[in-house]
Amino acid sequence: MSEGRTSTPTLVWRQIRYQNTLFWRTPVAAFFTLIFPLMFLVLFNLLFDDPIEIQGRDPLTIAQFYAPALAAFAAASATYTNIGVGQAIARDEQILKRIRSTPLPPWIYMAGVVGSAIWIALIATVLMISVGVFAYGLNIYVDRLPAAILTLAVGVTAFAALGLALAAISPTGDTAPAVANATLLPIAFISDVFIPISDPAAWLEFLGDFFPLKHFVVPLQDAFSPFVTDAAFRGGDLVVMAAWGVGGLAYSLRFFSWEPKTEGGARTRRKKTGAAT
Amino acid sequence: MPAITISGLTKSYGDVQAVRGIDLAVDEGEVFALLGPNGAGKTTTVEILEGHRSRTSGEVSVLGEDPASAGREFRERIGVVLQSSGMDKELTVRESVELYAAMFPRRNPIERIIEIVGLEEKADARIKTLSGGQRRRVDLALGIVGKPELLFLDEPTTGFDPSARRKSWDLIDRLRSLGTTILLTTHYMDEAQHLADRVAVMSDGLIVAEGTPDTLGSRSDDEAIVSFRLAPGAPTGLPAPFSAMPGPSFEVSVEDPTRVLYALTSWATTKGVSLEGLTVSKPTLEDVYLELTGDGRNE
Repeated sequence: MSEGRTSTPTLVWRQIRYQNTLFWRTPVAAFFTLIFPLMFLVLFNLLFDDPIEIQGRDPLTIAQFYAPALAAFAAASATYTNIGVGQAIARDEQILKRIRSTPLPPWIYMAGVVGSAIWIALIATVLMISVGVFAYGLNIYVDRLPAAILTLAVGVTAFAALGLALAAISPTGDTAPAVANATLLPIAFISDVFIPISDPAAWLEFLGDFFPLKHFVVPLQDAFSPFVTDAAFRGGDLVVMAAWGVGGLAYSLRFFSWEPKTEGGARTRRKKTGAAT
Repeated sequence: MPAITISGLTKSYGDVQAVRGIDLAVDEGEVFALLGPNGAGKTTTVEILEGHRSRTSGEVSVLGEDPASAGREFRERIGVVLQSSGMDKELTVRESVELYAAMFPRRNPIERIIEIVGLEEKADARIKTLSGGQRRRVDLALGIVGKPELLFLDEPTTGFDPSARRKSWDLIDRLRSLGTTILLTTHYMDEAQHLADRVAVMSDGLIVAEGTPDTLGSRSDDEAIVSFRLAPGAPTGLPAPFSAMPGPSFEVSVEDPTRVLYALTSWATTKGVSLEGLTVSKPTLEDVYLELTGDGRNE
C-alpha cells in the first residue's frame, strides 16, 4: 500500500514515457515521422545531381541543401502533426475526458504530450543528419552547431504549440490529419523544403515569409551551407517562430477542448434539440 | 454526514432544461442508484457532481466541496467511471492501471486492483485485444485505483451479458463493504434492486420518486396486487374493492391483502365460484418505474 503524491517531475516523466510508448506502438506514425522524410532525401539525391560550386568553398551538394531542410520539416511534422492529430483523436475517443476526471493536473498531461513529441522530433532530426553524413557526405560545421541547436529548440517548441492549436481547431480526429496536411504541405513548398525557389513571385515570397516553417528551414540550411561565413544565428527567424508559438499556445489555452465536439457532449444535445423545436 | 447534497439543481443547454430543479442527499457509505430512461438527466446530474459540467443554478456539495471549483484534492478523493470514455488501446491492462495509479496519492496495489476486477489473465494483454465487457472492467479498475471515498458509476453494466453483470455486482458489493460511497446510474431495475440502499427515479429532469428499492413509489411492505378472472355468468355481489369493477378480469392493488383475500375467498366459496388464475403479487420496482416514467414513452 503506498501513500503520498507522486512528485511532479516523476509524473511528467511518466507522462512523457507513456506518450512515447504510444508513439512506438503505432507503426504508421513512426513511419511517417521518421522514415518518410528520409525517403525525400534519398529521392532528391537520386533525382538531382547538380552541386553548385564556388571557388575555394565546399560544394553545395544535394544533401547539404536538403538534409537540414528535411530535418526541419521532419521536426515540424513530428511536433505539429503528431500532437495535433494525436490529441484530436484522443479527444474523440474520450481519453482526454478520462484524464480530466483524474487528479492529474492538465498541464502535466500536456507536458507529456509535448515532451514526447519534442523527443521524437529530435530523433527524427538526428536521424536525418546522420543519414546525410554517412550516406551522402554531409559536412557539419561545428562553429555553427550552436546556432543550429538553438534554431531546432525554438522550432520544435513553436511547432509543438501549433500542434496543440491544431488539435484545438480540428473538429474531430478524422479531420485533423486533413487540416495538418492542408496546412503543412503547401507551406513546405513555399518554404524551401522541397524546392529552392530561385525567383519567386512577391506574394509567394511574402506568404513563405509569413508562415513559420521557412524561418525554421532557412536558419538550419544556413548552418549547413558552405557559403555562409558567420555563426548563422538568425534572430529575426527565431522571433517569427516564437511569435507563432506564442500565438498557437494562446489559441489552444483559449479553445482547446477536453471533450468531443460532436459526440455525446452538450453541444450536440443543444444542436439536436434545437433542430427539433 | 452526507457525502453528496444537492438542492435546487438545474442545468440548461440553450433553452432546453436537462435538469429542472432536483434535491438529493447521499449518505456516506451508501450505495445510491439514480434510475431513469435515456435523456432523463442522470448523466448530466452525475457529471455536474464530478465537476465535468457547470450547473445553471442550485447548490451542490460533494465531500464538502463545490465540484465546480474543486481542484486536485477533490479529484484525489473521488473515482469516476464515465458512461463512455476511451482508453489507449495500445497499452496493456497493467500499464494502464500503473499509469492511472500514479496520479493518486492513495493507491490500491496494482495487482490487487487487477485481481479485484478479475483481469489477472489479461494483465499483460493490450487493451485492443479485450472484449467490450473486459474493457468495461478496466474502466472500473481505473475508477477505483485511487481508493476513492466516493465512486461514480455511470451505467457500469450496460451491454454486459448476465454473467458479466453478476461479476460486476459482486465487485460493487465488495467496494460497498470497504465503506466506499457509490452513486450509480442505471436503467436496469434488477441492478438497482440488487445493489442500491436507496434509489431515485429521474424523468424529464426531475426526481419523481425516491426511497429504498422495496418501498419506492410509496409501496408499503403490505401492499399487494390481487388478480383473478371470473367465468362468464358468475354471480354478482363481489366484495369491495372488486365490486366497483366491471370484470371479467380483475387486478387491484390493495393495502391489506389478508383482509381483502379473506373477504374474496369467503365470497367465492359461499357462492361456489371459481377464481381463475388467482395471484397475489408484490409490485416490482419495474412496475413502479414504468408507471413513474410514463411507461417508457421517453425512450
